[in-house]
Amino acid sequence: MTDATAPKSLLAQDVRTRRRNAAEARFQAYGIVAISISLGMLAIMLWTIFSDGVSAFRQTTFSFPVTLEAERLDPKGNRIRDEMAKVTTIGYTNLLNASFKAHLEARGIPFEGVDDKALAAFISRDTPARVRDMVLADPAMIGQTVTVTGFTTGRIDGYFKGRVTRETAAVDTNISAAQLDLADRLVDAGIMRTGFNWQFFTNPDASDQRPEASGLGVAIIGSAYMMILVALFVLPVGVAASIYLEEFAPKNRWTDLIEVNISNLAAVPSIVFGILGLAVFINFAAFPQSSPLVGALVLTLMTLPTIIIATRAAIRAVPPSIRDAALGVGASKMQMVFHHVLPLAAPGILTGTILGLASALGETAPLLLIGMVAFVANYPAGPFEGGFLDPASALPVQVYSWASRADPAFIERSSGAIIVLLAFLLVMNILAIVLRRRFERRW
Amino acid sequence: MPVIILILALLAIGVSGYIFCRYRAVASAGGNTRTLHSLPGYHGWHGFIMGFLPGVAVLTLWLIAQPFVIEGNMGRFFDPALFDSDAERTLLMADVRRVAEGLDVAVAQGALSEEQARMIRTEFGSVRDRLASVGVALGAEVTPEVLEAAQSYREQAATGALWRTILTLGVAGVALIAAIRLTRADFRARNRVEAVILGLLILASTIAILTTIGIVLSMLSETIRFSTMYPIGDFFFGLTWQPNFQGDSDLGLLPLLWGTLYISFVSMVVAVPLGLFTAIYLAEYAGPRVRAVVKPLIEVIAGIPTVVFGLFALITVGPLLRDWLAVPTGLGSSGSSVMTAGIVIGILNIPFISSLADDIINAVPQSLRDGSYGLGATRSETIREVVLPAALPGIVGAVLLAASRAIGETMIVTMGAGAAAKLDLNPFEAMTTITVKIVSQLTGDTEFNSPETLVAFALGMTLFVITLGLNVFALYIVRKYREQYE
Repeated sequence: MTDATAPKSLLAQDVRTRRRNAAEARFQAYGIVAISISLGMLAIMLWTIFSDGVSAFRQTTFSFPVTLEAERLDPKGNRIRDEMAKVTTIGYTNLLNASFKAHLEARGIPFEGVDDKALAAFISRDTPARVRDMVLADPAMIGQTVTVTGFTTGRIDGYFKGRVTRETAAVDTNISAAQLDLADRLVDAGIMRTGFNWQFFTNPDASDQRPEASGLGVAIIGSAYMMILVALFVLPVGVAASIYLEEFAPKNRWTDLIEVNISNLAAVPSIVFGILGLAVFINFAAFPQSSPLVGALVLTLMTLPTIIIATRAAIRAVPPSIRDAALGVGASKMQMVFHHVLPLAAPGILTGTILGLASALGETAPLLLIGMVAFVANYPAGPFEGGFLDPASALPVQVYSWASRADPAFIERSSGAIIVLLAFLLVMNILAIVLRRRFERRW
Repeated sequence: MPVIILILALLAIGVSGYIFCRYRAVASAGGNTRTLHSLPGYHGWHGFIMGFLPGVAVLTLWLIAQPFVIEGNMGRFFDPALFDSDAERTLLMADVRRVAEGLDVAVAQGALSEEQARMIRTEFGSVRDRLASVGVALGAEVTPEVLEAAQSYREQAATGALWRTILTLGVAGVALIAAIRLTRADFRARNRVEAVILGLLILASTIAILTTIGIVLSMLSETIRFSTMYPIGDFFFGLTWQPNFQGDSDLGLLPLLWGTLYISFVSMVVAVPLGLFTAIYLAEYAGPRVRAVVKPLIEVIAGIPTVVFGLFALITVGPLLRDWLAVPTGLGSSGSSVMTAGIVIGILNIPFISSLADDIINAVPQSLRDGSYGLGATRSETIREVVLPAALPGIVGAVLLAASRAIGETMIVTMGAGAAAKLDLNPFEAMTTITVKIVSQLTGDTEFNSPETLVAFALGMTLFVITLGLNVFALYIVRKYREQYE
């Protein structure tokens, strides 16, 4: 064939070879491009979420002295708690606003162009409620002058985080340039400062009007409760099922049915488990809605297949010689499993369980159906006081419910919640990797 | 006796069984444990099991049966016609239970004495106000029938609780005595304990089956109820989706199914090439060091919760596509669209496809590649002409599994696809999916008596059948067309 044609130099590539080599280079480039796009998307996603969310960990607060005037807060003057409770949050709001204005005048900070209403917009609606609780808890405080520290509203706070600028203020009816000038002066005067926001981790969720006061407290407790319960449910059941299927199950149709079931359940969409939880645990068994117990039951059923698959792999990795040796010295089959196989498989089982829990921690869709998306402003009780039955939220659900609120300040909160969630996931995954490295055995 | 105390009592009986039986076994061997058939510990565990498990079994059965029996007895308080329809009865029973619980709370707080709770009548003042004063909110004023039923409910529940305690503790005691009497030196305690453990292991392994049965039954029964309220043909073939909680809704599946399939298609267009080329590069070209870095990084994508992708779609991808593609081309003006959701689901599915395909490509024997190289083929020609055809069934299986995941994905479409159900070809329009509508029809609503809520179960059933079908089909393809290499 080619032998018959004119001799060519072996050093110069002919057209066909060049084409084939170009195709080869192209093909390899496709792979590199695919990987770059995938990793690039991951990087962009994490970058946007981190840059949006980091500011949630900082918050602008103010502090100024307030005289808790008796005629405003305790009109009857008898310091009886129930009488004083008649003064609503509005009364405290007026007091705080008046004190704020008085303090500005006393310090000689000019606030021309900022009327009383705009001045009031500096103080979060959260603060009067907190001061009221404080005074009602200790009526003796009335008449004293105390330093009140509280959050500024989301818009002012956004100014110091770059979310609100003078350009956006020009088109926003909720904030004016004069307010921003005053905010700058307040920072210079030391009345306002921006610092680390611990309350983001401890506060419960807050209503639409006060994004600045909202926090992850209830969500973290709810997620922690669910993870504790899921671990308690899933570990014994998953390990028991895996032991049976690996060590005892005869090869018959029933065992096949179980195996097919487990692999199919692993591929059922998570929302279907939510429907199951709603129908069985809430409607049929009448467990309370939005409780960590129901959430944990649903997540248990969802993670069970994953845990069983991981556990079976760990049990299978224990070499048969160990089993033979145990049986040879007279152990029963049960003793062989529980005294020898299980301890040797334990690190693998633990690793698989932690990874399963990590995926359960990030699961959102089934929890929406069992009502965990509801607004929960109260902390659940302690675990031994029925806290597992109290309504609670969960970290990923909190991300979702903040993302669907109107105020742009909630986007920052939502991204901040994701950072917390990812931090938990990272810790769990590192723990699993360390366990695997530390205890992994090659037979 | 409350259930939790009862369980603690059973545990105590079990522990005493352990101590008694172990002691008796050792004593019957005269202190020489080598003459025992089983180790003393097994005798002890036998005592524990006998003292604990039968009682727990009785308690469980009682707890399941009691509500049914009591609700069955409630019929005589109400007009039989009312009690015939399913929905009416559920509502009535919920009322009765709430009033009964309210009375319990009132007694517990001391607002009512036990005597008053039994005698309270609607004729003398509002029961609702009395209960509201102890923090039990009722929706409507209590009718005399409901109150009477609630009082009878409390009475029966109290009687039931008494008998429950007596029966449970009685059974536990009898079993404990039997266990102690059985314990002798030659008693085969180990065999019995191991049989019980085996039983527990089998029970645990059936939970997977029970879950499947639970899923199918819960969705099937509500779907059947839905079909009695809404023509099922209209559901499957209806072209409009317009739920209306006042009634008179159009609940057609087709717009939702179209949205689901369209979004999944877009996601597969993104995920299949990216995932496949990633897998090919990692399996065939990358050196061990590149692989050790890139593969875990790609798998990080799989470990990120879907709600994070949802937020990414909502605040980054959606506005980006809207401002740079949809608005300049005049195709749409909405941030949430088929494209947004599809692209983000595609990214989510990349690691899924790439790691499955990676395993499959690595399973193709090296000898095939060597043969191809020997004939003078380049690497890319070998991959295209030899490796991929050999790996094809597995890759098709992986793609089908990824499609099933895309169809069942919920959070990304809830946050990125929109809520408008329509049959449209424009990928920059907001559309909606089956999963989005399940969430929106069920969130915050647990009274399942209107077609608008029950339709969620029919949607769930449809989703379950589609994804299950895809999974089974994927497994079938993999099994049937798999090449067998020696």
